[in-house]
Formats: sequence, C-alpha cells, structure tokens
Amino acid sequence: MRPKMAVEICGIDFKNPVIAASGTYGFGSEHAEYVDLSRIGGIAVKGLTLEPRKGNPPPRIAETPSGMLNSVGLQNPGIDYFIEHQLPRLTEYNTRIIVNINGNTVEEYCRIAEKLQEKPVDMLELNISCPNVRQGGMVFGTDPDTVYDVTRNVKAHAGQPVLVKLTPNVTDIKEIAMAAEEGGGDGISLINTVLGMAIDAKSRRPILANVVGGLSGPAIKPIALRMVWEVSQAVDIPVVGMGGIVTGEDAIEFLLAGATAVGVGTANLISPTACMDIINQIEDYMKENGVEDINELIGSLIV
Amino acid sequence: MKGPKLCKVIEKRLLADGVYTLVLDAPNVAKKARPGQFIHIKVPKDKSRILRRPISISDADCEGGSVEIIFQLVGEGTRLLSAVKAGNYLDILGPLGNGFTVPRNVSRLFLVGGGCGVAPIKFAASKFDHVQRTCFIGFKRGDDIYELPKFQKNSDRLLIATEDGSIGHKGLVTEILEGELKRNLPDLILACGPVPMLKVIQQLAGQYGVSCQLSLEQRMGCGIGACMTCVCAVHGDEGDYTYKRVCRDGPVFLSWEVMLDEAENGC
Repeated sequence: MRPKMAVEICGIDFKNPVIAASGTYGFGSEHAEYVDLSRIGGIAVKGLTLEPRKGNPPPRIAETPSGMLNSVGLQNPGIDYFIEHQLPRLTEYNTRIIVNINGNTVEEYCRIAEKLQEKPVDMLELNISCPNVRQGGMVFGTDPDTVYDVTRNVKAHAGQPVLVKLTPNVTDIKEIAMAAEEGGGDGISLINTVLGMAIDAKSRRPILANVVGGLSGPAIKPIALRMVWEVSQAVDIPVVGMGGIVTGEDAIEFLLAGATAVGVGTANLISPTACMDIINQIEDYMKENGVEDINELIGSLIV
Repeated sequence: MKGPKLCKVIEKRLLADGVYTLVLDAPNVAKKARPGQFIHIKVPKDKSRILRRPISISDADCEGGSVEIIFQLVGEGTRLLSAVKAGNYLDILGPLGNGFTVPRNVSRLFLVGGGCGVAPIKFAASKFDHVQRTCFIGFKRGDDIYELPKFQKNSDRLLIATEDGSIGHKGLVTEILEGELKRNLPDLILACGPVPMLKVIQQLAGQYGVSCQLSLEQRMGCGIGACMTCVCAVHGDEGDYTYKRVCRDGPVFLSWEVMLDEAENGC
C-alpha cells in the first residue's frame, strides 16, 4: 500500500508536502521540461511586485561552503503580466499555486492581494523577508509591530489564505511569528535566506555586485530547523519549513520539527528534478519506516 | 523527460598550462548540441560545492555519441573537475542555452575566440563548414595555444595573435580582426572571450556594420532559466535596459543588444 502523503495547510489540501520555494522555480515553465508539475505538492512562484522590477546588477550569485548567496533583487515582470501570461499556463497543472507577494509599502502589498482576489490562486505568501531590496522586504519582517500591521492589512484585502514568510535575520523568531499569527496570518513559512557576504581576496572586492546577499542551501539547514522547531511550538497556525532541504530525509527532519509542509529551494538549482526526487525519497522513507500517513510525522520529534 | 545524467569520461587531456579537455560519452547531448551551447556539470567528489559549473561544448560527435569540453582552472571546482580520470562519471545537464545561429544568407563568417573563449569557436568552425570561415584566435602566450591542428583543418583562413608575440601577430586578437575588417567584410561575426575583447568586437561590428553574435559568461545558478541569477543587461525601450538570462536567453546575444560596459552590468 502506498503511504498517504497528503497534508492540509490553512484548509487547502496538498497531495504531498513538497512545495517548490519562491525564487528558485520561476513560474514553473522551465522546470516543466524536467518534471511533471502535477506531481509536486505546490509551487510558490517567483516573488512579484506591483510594477515590473529590473533586479540587481550581476554578479547575483556566489557559491559558499555547502551553500550559495544570491542577490537577485526581486527581478519580476509585475503582478499584471503574471496574471495575464504566466498564471493561465500554471493552472493547467494539478498543483497548488502560491503567489509570493512583495511591496515597498503596506498599500502595495494590499493592492497585489486585491488583484489576485478572484484569480485561480490557492494561497498568498506574504514576503516580508527579502534581504536584497532597499525598501520593503526584510524591513517589514524584523519588527513585530510592523509584521502585525502588514499581515492584518493584507488579510483584509486577500481572497486566499495568507502564509507569512519570515526572515531568520531577527533576534527572536518566535516573537515575529506570534505577531504574524495575531495579525491574522493563516500560516507561517520560514526561513528566507540568511544575510551574508562573500569576498574575493585576490581582487579585494565583494563577489556580489550588491555586496551582500541571502545565504541558502545545506549550510543554513541547522538554523532553519531550529527556527521551525521554535516557531511551531509558539504558534497554532501551520508552518511550512524550508532552508537547505536537498534530500527526502532533510524534508522529514523539518516535518519532525513541526512543519506541516516543506519548501525546496536551492536544491532546484542543483538539479531541476530535485522536488520530484525529494517526494520519491520521502515515500521511500515512509515505506522503510512503516509510516502509513505523513501526518504521523508532523511535530513528532522525540525530545 | 530531460534531466541530469551520469556520463562516463572517455578521455582527459591537458591541452596547455591549466587548460584541460574532457571527452564524455553523452549520446543525447551529442545529438542536440549546437556551437555556443554549454553543459552544466556537478563538481565531482565534493558535495559542499553545490553549484554546477557551466562549460562550453567544444565539439560533439553525433555518430560516436561523444561530447568534448575545454576548461581552464579557475578555482577549486574546476580543479576537482580536472582531477577526474577516464572511466569516472560526471553528473551533467544539457545541452543548455541558445547557441550561435548562422542564417541561410551567410556565406562568409568571421569566428573570433580569445583565451578560454576559443573552445566554442572551435566547435563553430567545425560545425558551420558549409560557409567560408576565417578564424581569429588569441592567447596571452604562445604556450597557451591549443587545438591548433583542429583550427587549421576547420578554417579556410586562420589568424593567430599572442600577447607575447611568440606566434602570429604580437598583440590582441581584436587588432588582427580590425585589420581584416578594413580589407573585407564578412556577413557575420561570432565571438567568445573575455569581456574587454567582446567590447572591442562589439564596437568594431557597429563601426563596420556587420552582424555579430557574442557569447557571454556569468556566474550561474540553475542553468535552465528559473533562478534569474546569471543575467546581463540588454537595451530596452527608450534608452532603458532590462536583464536577460545568460543561461536561457543566451549565452549568445546579438552584439547590438547587450550592454557590456554599463554599470548596470556590474562591469
């Protein structure tokens, strides 16, 4: 018998707990050449803004030990272009669509949420954690009062459940998560990238044109696990855990720590089939360990 | 479906100081590969280096099912790649990128390669053998020159420049290109090499009114166009610019569209 892999997040069924993380999967079309997107639990699309954004100058990526830094700076075609050109193609697949939304101001977040109200989108991911933009982004995600305020406002304009995506670049992640819950957030996703830097000693210059960027990949997995563990105990809303997941076992660890689903990000850059590989490996783990329903694993860490 | 494949290394050779070639058993890549395209290779033996390395295809044998790459040692990733032996396997993805395009009306082609950029030019010289090809290749030192017999075989004319003057013209490859452009104009220029070289070629192509395609390099992530990390600035509407993906929209760009010397491009 095949193990049951379906999970429910904020009242939405996912066929499995693997979600392609925002910024690593574009709008799905490139990876569709490598995997059947209908087999992925959900896809969090590239972060969108009200107006198109050019993004930061290159180089935008640097490899670091067991990880990488990026400073893309939210290059995207804008919410209207997405709705007209990319969303229709994405809805051809039987997967959950999560739209990652970004703004310079609370009003911008709200206007994007409004534009998506009647659209075939399953969830919004409120990105208050991008480290690569001057305005908005992480600025919103580091202060509990601001997190509460932006969450409450977006909720008032949203037609779908709202996942609040948190930055790890804070002193107390629990406090931020609780503010998102109080603001009416339906779920929490974490972690976004860890602010970092890489320097070329020979040229004495930073490798990224933006000087600093967001660290991701296996290097940040312990940080992510710790934060998912802390947050899932501090709030009653579901948690989507991410940060350095490249194998099925990595994903299982996040479920044990309390995540209801997981985001797979950097692994998509290592292999375009990563999400599918991880889904298969989770299934293998369940069979090997006699787990009939994945929900048995969620938060079942033995401490 | 497409995806990463484990491919056997058939042969490894040292071509010049710090320059290696690998021949891989990769029939699916060989069948599809076009000059200017690349394969995205996982660094062997070290999981901590998580990103693949994009390396230009320097030759492909459709019938034999093999693909050849040439790369220079630039860091630990390429060093580990150079340490593989015949019989080892590499995890590769590709062929990726758009590659050079030679339209039907082209009969005279100038191919320009500098340093490591010579690798895709070599593939172009052998593949586009239905047109008249003049190859210009440039190296720092005479000792750096590689694959000379293949160039001699696959070009109608071959012009060489070395900065130390030990072989061919003493100076830059762009100097011999300019000398030739003064005498006769090709229908198309294809070029690959360091950015300063590409900038001069871009300027020359504009000055002489010759169509030109430039193959670019950039630090890269996924290689398939999803992560938006390997971009270059291109001219947009009304003096504005946008960023295109080197891995998917390139690595070959029309010379007039790319902005090589703009602050927007991090140069």
